Amino acid sequence: MSNEHAIAASPSGDAAARDVASAHTPFRYGQLILWIVVGAVVVNFAWIVANNENFGWPVVGQYFFDPTVVQGLYVSLGLTVIAMALGIALGLVLAVARMSSDPLASTLSAWFVWFFRGTPLLVQLIFWYNMSTLFPTLSIAIPFGPTLASWDTNSVITPMTAAIAGLALNEAAYMAEIIRGGLLSVDRGQAETAEAFGMTRMRALWRIIIPQAMRSIVPPTGNQLISMIKATSLVSVIAMADLLYSVQSIYNRTFEIIPMLLVAVIWYLLITSILNVGQGYIERYYSRGERRTGGAAQGAKPAAAAVAGEASH
Amino acid sequence: MTAATGTEPLVRARNVHKAFERLEVLKGIDLDVMPGEVVVILGPSGSGKSTFLRCINHLEAIDAGSIMVGGEQMGYRLKNGHLVKLSANAIALQRRKIGMVFQQFNLYPHMTVLQNIIEAPVGVHGESRASAVDNAKQLLARVGLSDKLNSYPRQLSGGQQQRVAIARALAIRPELMLFDEPTSALDPELVGEVLNTMRDLAGQGLTMIVVTHEIGFAREAADRVVFMDGGHIVEAGRPDEVLGNPQHPRTQAFLSRFL
Repeated sequence: MSNEHAIAASPSGDAAARDVASAHTPFRYGQLILWIVVGAVVVNFAWIVANNENFGWPVVGQYFFDPTVVQGLYVSLGLTVIAMALGIALGLVLAVARMSSDPLASTLSAWFVWFFRGTPLLVQLIFWYNMSTLFPTLSIAIPFGPTLASWDTNSVITPMTAAIAGLALNEAAYMAEIIRGGLLSVDRGQAETAEAFGMTRMRALWRIIIPQAMRSIVPPTGNQLISMIKATSLVSVIAMADLLYSVQSIYNRTFEIIPMLLVAVIWYLLITSILNVGQGYIERYYSRGERRTGGAAQGAKPAAAAVAGEASH
Repeated sequence: MTAATGTEPLVRARNVHKAFERLEVLKGIDLDVMPGEVVVILGPSGSGKSTFLRCINHLEAIDAGSIMVGGEQMGYRLKNGHLVKLSANAIALQRRKIGMVFQQFNLYPHMTVLQNIIEAPVGVHGESRASAVDNAKQLLARVGLSDKLNSYPRQLSGGQQQRVAIARALAIRPELMLFDEPTSALDPELVGEVLNTMRDLAGQGLTMIVVTHEIGFAREAADRVVFMDGGHIVEAGRPDEVLGNPQHPRTQAFLSRFL
């Protein structure tokens, strides 16, 4: 019955013509016009900016690789890497503590996150920097007991250590919540399976849970890293010579404020662009089990993959 | 496989009680499983059969009673006449001799089939990588999936995933295998391949406790069928007795739906 119907509905003659494999997409003139209009606006704006003398492009070029600027760039990058690494490590510990069944660990972790997420980073940095006015000496001692070792606060808390402590502790609070969210996103059955196979909690976390959590941890961490690069500019208030501080120190001398800020802006954009590319690679790595097709698929067209496969034989 | 007589039971459960919040799921379970025995636990949903299985390897802690596996009490140890809770790591050690297969397969999605199988032998049991890989290849051949060594779980059908999960559990050379409704998440046409694999294992003298709804598997492969209802074992015995001539009205009512 349905068979006869199907035959009646499609006479055998147009079966080949109706094969969707031979279909082509009609040319979209509207889209082309839109591209041209937007392109013209963008190019025109770029032309205006490039020819505007107030931007001082020659000055930008002159100071782009200035030793002071490059030195500031190193400080910004170094601070970002160290603070981020410490922040992620401490954040992981805090996330695991927060999720543990031990009330002491989860309470301490919750308080840490509450405090460091709840106060402005700028204020935290200033507190770290001025630690010596609060605690002139730092000591290791038994509570209510004898002192074991003692240091002058100013010798321990330099602008560098104040900046690292401030940025890393603040970052740890945010990373703790990002990592906790990632760990929660992993199917409960995975932890249970690892447990049933006699893995210790540490091993289950490291081998089974974290690799799967990474898929949801990496994108917001990329966000945090980019925020961190810009947040390092806050350390200029505690006299750390980061990228922003160095261009400020130059324009305080030359009064070329806009060109010098452009130097900083371009550097910040360059760094974040590189990080975006890196993030893409990391995301692809951690989604390796998600692809349905085997081996040779990395967004490449099937035909291209087949050719590559033949070539490798 | 007939159970060896005169030896100690591999699993000895005594008066096992378990409640979730106020819901009593197990109300005094007694069960001995001899080495080499295949025990199939049947029962309606909510009868407590899966919970009991998960209590055997201490995935769930029991509220009263005791469970011994291979002469060790799961989760506890006697110290000077007092029963002391074991640490998480000590419980992990106890679980090393028990393999488990889950309803939802629970393969590690970020690892290939081979990595899934060698993870516990290498990481938990300290087997050398080379020997674990050799063993994994043999196990995959046994479950008929030699060509899937480097596939990721998501690239496999449900039946294939469950067979990999069985190979993974066998890779730790378990003294006891627990199957928690291994075919319940599968399409009907994929159930057969998993049951065939399990039937092979049952014929090879492996001690198995299987929670399932597959009456046919129970009839063919079980040494003993246990019927649970409302947190109790209401009937237990040889498959032809329990399935062919059930004595308890609950068993009769349950089985009548499969005839």
